[in-house]
Amino acid sequence: MNIDGINTGYVLDHIKAGKGFELYHLLGLDKADCTVAIIQRASSGKYGAKDIIKIDADIPIDYDLIGYISPDITVNIVKDRELVKKFKPKPPTILTNVLECRNPRCITSVERGIPQKFRLVDTESRDYRCVYCDTLYRENK
Amino acid sequence: MGDVKHLINITDLSVEDINHLMETADDIIAHPEKYWDSCAHKKLATLFFEPSTRTRLSFTAAMMELGGNVLGFDQAQSSSSAKGETVSDTIIMAGCYADIIAMRHPKEGAPVVGAVKSRVPIINAGDGGHFHPTQTLTDLMTIHRKKGEIGNFTVGLCGDLKYGRTVHSLIDALLRYENVRFVMIAPEELRIPSYIRDRLNNEGVDWSEVESLEDAIPELDILYMTRIQQERFPSWEDYEKLKDSFILTREMLKPAKEDMIVMHPLPRVNEIDVDVDEDPRACYFYQALMGKYIRMALILYLLGIK
Repeated sequence: MNIDGINTGYVLDHIKAGKGFELYHLLGLDKADCTVAIIQRASSGKYGAKDIIKIDADIPIDYDLIGYISPDITVNIVKDRELVKKFKPKPPTILTNVLECRNPRCITSVERGIPQKFRLVDTESRDYRCVYCDTLYRENK
Repeated sequence: MGDVKHLINITDLSVEDINHLMETADDIIAHPEKYWDSCAHKKLATLFFEPSTRTRLSFTAAMMELGGNVLGFDQAQSSSSAKGETVSDTIIMAGCYADIIAMRHPKEGAPVVGAVKSRVPIINAGDGGHFHPTQTLTDLMTIHRKKGEIGNFTVGLCGDLKYGRTVHSLIDALLRYENVRFVMIAPEELRIPSYIRDRLNNEGVDWSEVESLEDAIPELDILYMTRIQQERFPSWEDYEKLKDSFILTREMLKPAKEDMIVMHPLPRVNEIDVDVDEDPRACYFYQALMGKYIRMALILYLLGIK
């Protein structure tokens, strides 16, 4: 694969350096039947260093998850080698099955078959609370 | 599920909803006979996965006074959860037999799980240290009856302000009313958590923190005492150190306002001396009574019965 260019797919740019592999796994790209390249610690004028993921296929991508991981990540959508759309996904209002509640008293610690759900409570700080027990999830991403 | 109404958190109810419930409860108190058959042929399931005395009895009494029937269990060992049944399944099953459910569960958020699939209204009767909205309704009803309005007063919250869910819910509820001033009375270890501190500051309300109950009493219109709850402490030693931090005696009420009221969600242990019961300002047993009337109003509201 020529990692400088893809035919049709996505370039996820401005990923915080060191977070590329985490996002790769969270997006399920390890199971994707297509060519994916992770570029680590690429030089960046704005951030010093960044990770980049290139996906050479038009597969479904969870933008909510990207918005949650970092509002700085830029999604570039490429079709026939042309950039057709570029945007920064916003943090989702409800985050499903990404975080796991750490509160041992939460019902999610015992109940089978329920999704782990968190709701966005502060857009600026991107704080989330468990929808069941209200435990705050604040991570220095 | 669909349009079924549930009560999980006190903030599920608007101030208008709460006013409506209090008006209904006032009418029940004034004309109990009007409501004797309101819930005839209706059934309330009390699903108590952990023990409770007051809450379960008041729900039972409320439904009986509305002419309805009550079924259920009062400990997890008597339910299918002991066999590994999920909360969700227990709730769906109970909805086949009852028209409304009051549930208490030791795990936080259990009623949220129940509400997702329930086809009958669910009332959260306490989920661990999380929410206890019918206690808050009871508190608001007591204040409404004793003070004539909710607002324009100074309330002192005393005792375990860190783990005490009744206090947290009451603060949430009172923040929606005008001119409520808070005095938080607690030892350093049991002060209100930071997220409530942030909320009070963000709302711009007048509030203060003190460690002396005696110093705070003269300025209060309402003194809300709470139990230091052993079951919420990480260790017995921590509990022993703090359990008798505040003991309200009749002597301490001397400098209090004539019309101040003393509230307590009960059960009490040592924090209110029994001599205080004789003081006309003591209204914690009256509060327990109000718990029945407001729960009657709530059952009617959630069942859509006028």
